[in-house]
Parts: sequence; C-alpha cells; structure tokens
Amino acid sequence: MHAKLSAVSGPNAIEAEGLVKRYGDKVALDDVSFEVPQGSVCGLLGPNGAGKTTAVRILTTLAVATEGSARVGGLDVAREPLAVRRLLGLAAQDATVDKLLTGRENLIMIGELHHLGRKVSAARADELLAQFELTDAGGRLAKTYSGGMRRRLDLASTLVARPEILFLDEPTTGLDPRARNDLWDVLEGLVTQGTTILLTTQYLEEADRLADDIIVVDHGRVIARGDSRELKRRVGGAQITVTVVDPGNLPTIQREMARITGSTPSVDEATKTVQAPTAAGPRVVSELADALADANIEVEDLGLRQPTLDDVFLRLTGAPIADGPTEETGA
Amino acid sequence: MSVVIPPVAERRGSLVHDTWVVAKRGLLHMRRQPEALADVTIQPIMFVLLFAFVFGGSIKIPKSNYREFLMGGIFSQTIVFGAFGVAIALAYDRTNGAIDRFRSLPMARGSVLAGHAVSSLIRALLPITLMSLCGLVVGWRIHTSAIKAIEAYALMIGFSFAIIWLGVLIGSVLPTPEAVQGIGFVVIFPLTFIASTFVPVTDLPAGLRTFAEWNPVTTVAEALRSLFGNPSTLEGHQLPWSLQHSVLYSVIWMGIIIAVCAPLAIRAYNKTISN
Repeated sequence: MHAKLSAVSGPNAIEAEGLVKRYGDKVALDDVSFEVPQGSVCGLLGPNGAGKTTAVRILTTLAVATEGSARVGGLDVAREPLAVRRLLGLAAQDATVDKLLTGRENLIMIGELHHLGRKVSAARADELLAQFELTDAGGRLAKTYSGGMRRRLDLASTLVARPEILFLDEPTTGLDPRARNDLWDVLEGLVTQGTTILLTTQYLEEADRLADDIIVVDHGRVIARGDSRELKRRVGGAQITVTVVDPGNLPTIQREMARITGSTPSVDEATKTVQAPTAAGPRVVSELADALADANIEVEDLGLRQPTLDDVFLRLTGAPIADGPTEETGA
Repeated sequence: MSVVIPPVAERRGSLVHDTWVVAKRGLLHMRRQPEALADVTIQPIMFVLLFAFVFGGSIKIPKSNYREFLMGGIFSQTIVFGAFGVAIALAYDRTNGAIDRFRSLPMARGSVLAGHAVSSLIRALLPITLMSLCGLVVGWRIHTSAIKAIEAYALMIGFSFAIIWLGVLIGSVLPTPEAVQGIGFVVIFPLTFIASTFVPVTDLPAGLRTFAEWNPVTTVAEALRSLFGNPSTLEGHQLPWSLQHSVLYSVIWMGIIIAVCAPLAIRAYNKTISN
C-alpha cells in the first residue's frame, strides 16, 4: 500500500503508474507508482540495485517498462518518446561527456541535436561554460578535465535546451564535498526558475537538502515516501552519541542519557559508545554535556548524528543495506 | 542577457541534419585519435609492400607483373576491413554511454548510425588514396581511360559504403569492442582470403574456387582489375556469371548488403533500448 502524497497543487510533471521492469527472472522494478508535481524536486532514495536507475531509464525513454505506464510533461513516454525527449534533460550516472570533444564542442553538439541552430547553440554553450566556471577550459578536450569538471560539463549539457524536467541519476556520486555543495547550489538555482527535478541518490543528506518529496525504494519497490521531516520522524530522528575513555563509565552515561532523551540508549562496549534516538535536537547535547561534566566523566566524543540511509533502511526494512545489486527478486 | 532559445514547437530536426552532426563528431574523433587510424593507413601500405616484395616473388601470374595484379585485390580487401573501424567506434559509443546520451535527445530515427556511416565513408577515402600512391610507387599503373578510372574509384566508394553498413550492423549487435575484434576477425578475415585477393581463383581447389568465384571480394577485385586494365588471369577460362559481369554483380551485392544490413542495424540499435 502506498501512502498518499501530501496535497498536490497544480499538474504533475512526472507520473509513474504501476511500473514493472523484468530482466528475465530478475525484477528490477515491482509496481512502482509516484508523481512529481510541476516545479518540485523529488528524491528517489535507495541503495545500489534498488531500481532507481531503471526507473529513470524508463521515464527518460531509454528503456521500455514491462508493465505500467508513465507520463512526462503530460506525454506518454512509450507512445511519444521523441516529444518527451524535447522536454527533458538527463544526466546519467556516469558523466557521459564526449572526451574527444572540447567542453564547448560538447555543448554545441547537444544544442544542434536539440535543433536550436548552430548560432544559438554556440551562444548557449558560452553562456553555460560561464555559468559552470568552465570558460577557461571550454577549448580543451574533455578528457583533460577533472572528475568535478566533467560532472559540471555533464550537467551543463543537460541544460542546453532549457529543459522543463531534469533527471539526475546520482549527480554527486564521486564528487568531493566542495564540488558537491557547488552542484547543490546550481540545482537550487534551477528550482527557483521553475524546473522540475527528479534525482536519485544514496545519501539521505542530499535528498534532505534538495528534495520536497522523498521516495525510498528497495528491491524495486517503494517502501516509504514523504518529506524529509516525516521520513526522519519515522526513522526516529537524530541519534545522540557519546564515546568515553573509561568503559567503567558506560552505565552512568546510559542512565543519564535515558533520563535526558526519554528513550532507551544502546551501549556498544567495543567502541565504548552509547547512543540513543532523540527528537529534541542540540538542546539534548548541551544538557548531556553538563551532566557528564558534573559527574567528572572524561568524554572522547559527544555529538548529534543525523540519520543516514543506513538508519532509514534499518528502521523501514529491519535489515541493513545489502551491498551491490540485490539477489532477491521481490518475491 | 541570457541566450534566447527557440521554443520547443519551433525546433525542427531532420535525418540529414542529425546525421551530419553525428558525422562531424566522428570526423573530430578521427582527427584527435590518429593512432586509431592505423588500420586504414599503415596496415594497407604494409600489405602492399609485404605482397609486392615478400610473397609476390613466389606467386606467378602468367605473362604479367604480380604487382599490377595485386592492387585490385588489396583495394578490395582493405575496403572490407573497413567494417572493423565503424563497428568498433559504435561498440565504444555504447560502452561509454554516448549512445544513451544520444538516445535521450530528440534525434531522427537512424541518425546516429547514419552519422557513423557517413564519417566512416569519409575515413575510407584515406586508405584508397594511400594505397593508390603506394601502388604507383611499386609499379602499379592505370592502363585504361580517365572515365574507366573514375568508374573504378566510384565502385570502391560504393563498396565501402555497403561494407560500412555491414560494420554498423556488427557494431549494433555485438556488445563490446573486444567482441567486435574477435567475431569480426573470424568472419571477415577468411572472407578476404578465399578470394582472388592475392592469388588467381583459377589456382584454388574446386570447392574453394566456387566460393571464391561468387565472393564479392573477388568480383570487386576483378572489376577493378578490368577497369584499370590490370592483368586478371581469367582469360581462356570458363567463367561463371559473377565473373563475366563482375561490375554489375558487385553493384548488386552492394545493394543487397545495404538493403539487409541498414534496417537490421537500426532495428538492433532500437531494440537495445527496451533493455
């Protein structure tokens, strides 16, 4: 059973209805339905092999669903693929820039294949190179670019024709934190201009920062959806964790933590760490710090840890994330 | 001021336009990766020199010069090897995600493959030119008229175009560049040797001889020999229809190869999307 999306206003830019994709015996998508309202950002969150890329491939006309249907910009992806392609921009998981072309040539080629005309394509290429701080590198072959530059060029090339709907498959995987932040800023800028974005990610933090709605997928199924606040509430919010120097202090900390958070802390003797879920935020940290200072307990580390994708999965499925593509086929 | 781009409804593409954009990209790739041109530059020259100076001495052509006989065969063989280049380029495009990128764009059906075919055809002019020059150096001559020579070169270009579509089909069906190398070698290599490429068909044992007589690699080679006025070794033999009308027979083959390979390649290319 799917939970209903919170009150949707305006038409949907993306609608997926009962999408199923089978590769032989393997089920990559198992009855996936969701909709993305125009101008909003939807995060498809899940581990490797959850079916995120398959969903994106179907919505961008690169793959055909075994069952179910999907509309992008109101157009059926299976019946009108060409018209759909005019509306969308796609940044695939591996930056697919042409390494033997210069950055500028890459962008011009995409513009020409969107039939913008050569002059307009060239002007648009220069504009995007400037916007993505690639003007100086624009005349160099893309094979000389760093990973971050390639990602930026890839994203720029998806924006050449000013798409109304943008699909980003793990846009920040492999980027360093600074490059990731820069990319997030660019995406936020696009959202303010009214672009609809569907992005897939393995990072709750990324979905949290960018997405209005988060859809959690696992084994080809939607297992949860909501905005990040709802989702975190279901996960149990942040965890307060304390690591001590002397393991003898663990029981005291456990007692104090239970008193302050009102929840049941778990103790890990091996790492000398106590942790407990809390919804109260930073206030708990200072309270606990005071209590530990009063008791003269030496603390190695004390902090509030935001829930990660691992926590979400542990809570929603009762199992930690399996590594790599999953063996099970959603039976 | 931000660049104003035409609204979606006013964007008009066409097969010719999209094909040319992909072809331009292919030409840039060739220019920037000259080492990948070895198979159409160094290799044919090597074959000319190898057979002219090493093997040529032991292959006897009655009443004439082996090097003059050789050239028609090497032209034909090199054109057939041209299938590799385009097949490998396509296979690379698929493994590195370029095909997916093209597919997410509103391009005309068939334009990616046609673009590869056009750039490969331009690429094919390189070995034809180089071999002609190399042939002249080792003693090959055109003994007929300018018109016959033009016909011969037109035949080579036509045969190149047909063979390129065979390569496009191979590249659309096989998953990786390595598979193209492997399968291509097993299929294409023998095809060019069981022919009158380096030895007269009349010297072959009966079964192979029949195969060679109807092999388009032979008929193209013989058509070129007759158009250039080079020795053909066929006089005085009972000839099958394919060799009596080597030009016409070769042209029919070109039509068949394109008519079969192009639609199959486009189908194979579009089929990979459902997965």
